[in-house]
Amino acid sequence: MNKNKDIYILGIETSCDETAVAIVKNGREIVTNIVASQIDSHKRFGGVVPEIASRHHVEQITIVLEEAFNQSQLDWDDIDAIAVTEGPGLVGALLVGVNAAKAIAFAKGKPLIGVHHIAGHIYANRLIKEFEFPLLSLIVSGGHTELVLMKKHGQYEKIGETRDDAAGEAYDKVARMLGLPYPGGPYIDRLAKEGEAKIDFPRAWLERGSYDFSFSGLKSAVINYIHNAKQRNVEIDKADIAASFQASVVEVLTEKTYHAAQQFGVKQVIVAGGVAANKGLRTSLKKRFKTTELLVPPLHLCTDNAAMIAAAGTIKFKQGKRSDLTLNANPSLPLQ
Amino acid sequence: MYTLAIDTSNNVLGVAITTKDVVIGQISTNLKKNHSVRLMPTIDLLMKQVEIKPSQLEKIVVAKGPGSYTGVRIGLTTAKSLAWALNIPVIGVSSLEVLAYQGRFHDALICPFFDARRGTVYTAGYIWHDGKMSCQLDETNILMTDWLDILLKEEKEVVFLSPDMNVFYEQIKDKLGMLAVIPEAPYHIANAAHLALAATHYREESTHLLTPNYLRLAEAEAKWRQAQKRENKHGG
Ligand SMILES: [Zn+2]
Repeated sequence: MNKNKDIYILGIETSCDETAVAIVKNGREIVTNIVASQIDSHKRFGGVVPEIASRHHVEQITIVLEEAFNQSQLDWDDIDAIAVTEGPGLVGALLVGVNAAKAIAFAKGKPLIGVHHIAGHIYANRLIKEFEFPLLSLIVSGGHTELVLMKKHGQYEKIGETRDDAAGEAYDKVARMLGLPYPGGPYIDRLAKEGEAKIDFPRAWLERGSYDFSFSGLKSAVINYIHNAKQRNVEIDKADIAASFQASVVEVLTEKTYHAAQQFGVKQVIVAGGVAANKGLRTSLKKRFKTTELLVPPLHLCTDNAAMIAAAGTIKFKQGKRSDLTLNANPSLPLQ
Repeated sequence: MYTLAIDTSNNVLGVAITTKDVVIGQISTNLKKNHSVRLMPTIDLLMKQVEIKPSQLEKIVVAKGPGSYTGVRIGLTTAKSLAWALNIPVIGVSSLEVLAYQGRFHDALICPFFDARRGTVYTAGYIWHDGKMSCQLDETNILMTDWLDILLKEEKEVVFLSPDMNVFYEQIKDKLGMLAVIPEAPYHIANAAHLALAATHYREESTHLLTPNYLRLAEAEAKWRQAQKRENKHGG
């Protein structure tokens, strides 16, 4: 066997409301990357409904698999392994991806690799640029707000996480209060640009030296502000609220990431997850990190996709890590 | 060439391998235990035991519900993905029809049911006719009391088949009395080999189009539709 053979990993991701399949070459190059989004179906509920997400995944999974595979122009012989998100996420949604991956791995006699969703988000960046260790990753999405330190491939050390709401969750809740559509993040980001951050919402720094986050206090402060204004019959300026809320979130995320990067002397800082698409956050981070390399993936790799799962799976594949047919969905899978 | 039949739609996890005339092997458990963990290893074990490779399969048959939403999805996802990867057809068969086959030799109306909570059941009425199970009373999600009223009007014996018999036994006996035929425990468990048999009466569908038979809207969906209806009424 040729040792320098290219490695092709088929990735599957169904942890939330995207049914996604991708094929990645050598962990760095996207061959195909198909994402079927369910956003339109969940919009009317103002958030992702788990049971409906699971139903859509079953309907979509083989269609997305086929599209990804056909687009790739590859044969099954070329595929080295099947990587799939095993957690964390919505259990019913994860189950579809996990069972599809197991069935395909069995049918085609391919190795199976369970991947952590957050490891995927981090490795989305390696599809753009090679990693340099140590590196620090800020993962911000509807489900996560975490700081992860990596000293080498496939090794993750969580140094901070949210103690209550994820940043994206706070965005969605505030957006709902302001009467903005779901998902709220992009709308607040846009509205914030039209307003001024003149309302003094709290910043939760927590204990000295802590890299944990908390957004529930901020969320309550915004809700109280809106209630008070309504009670006093004062017209609220939605743009100012959006700008002030965003300023608080962005400042905390930026400062904590900056201090952690300083403390651990990292060579790269990676921003991952859906909220990485936020322009306010990008601008603030770019301003703060003048010397350390800052990597923010393009939008389609920030949000959930399967190329990132295939990329992270490639590392496990090279390290000889395999899952067996008892692999299960684990909604609270720890990152390790 | 071989057919692989899969049922994880309720507590029974059943896997069978058949040819046209022979049931080659079958594994089944009746436990409320993680189907997601156990299904593929069970398929793997059975296929190894009977020395059949995935490439020798020519058809997949799966119980498509009604039943546990999660169980149905595990079965369907596995069946569809196997069929897609092996490039062979997949056929979905009602989980109620499969269970009805357990009443194959009785002249009565055959009534399989699954507990669907809050006093309701997923059920239907079948008779053995013309060499197959044919549906007399359509699949439905209904209050058991209402369903028993419907059955009473048929004025004939009814064979009840259900893994959830203990929940409704008294109710059935009270209402139907002598008309209710309730067999012993082994008859209340669906048999995966019957899936393959039932499937011989069905046309192959596109793998992509095979969807679960939930018999019930997702709760959020049902509420949303009701709200829409209300709005339409008020809006004129
Ligand atoms: Zn994500």
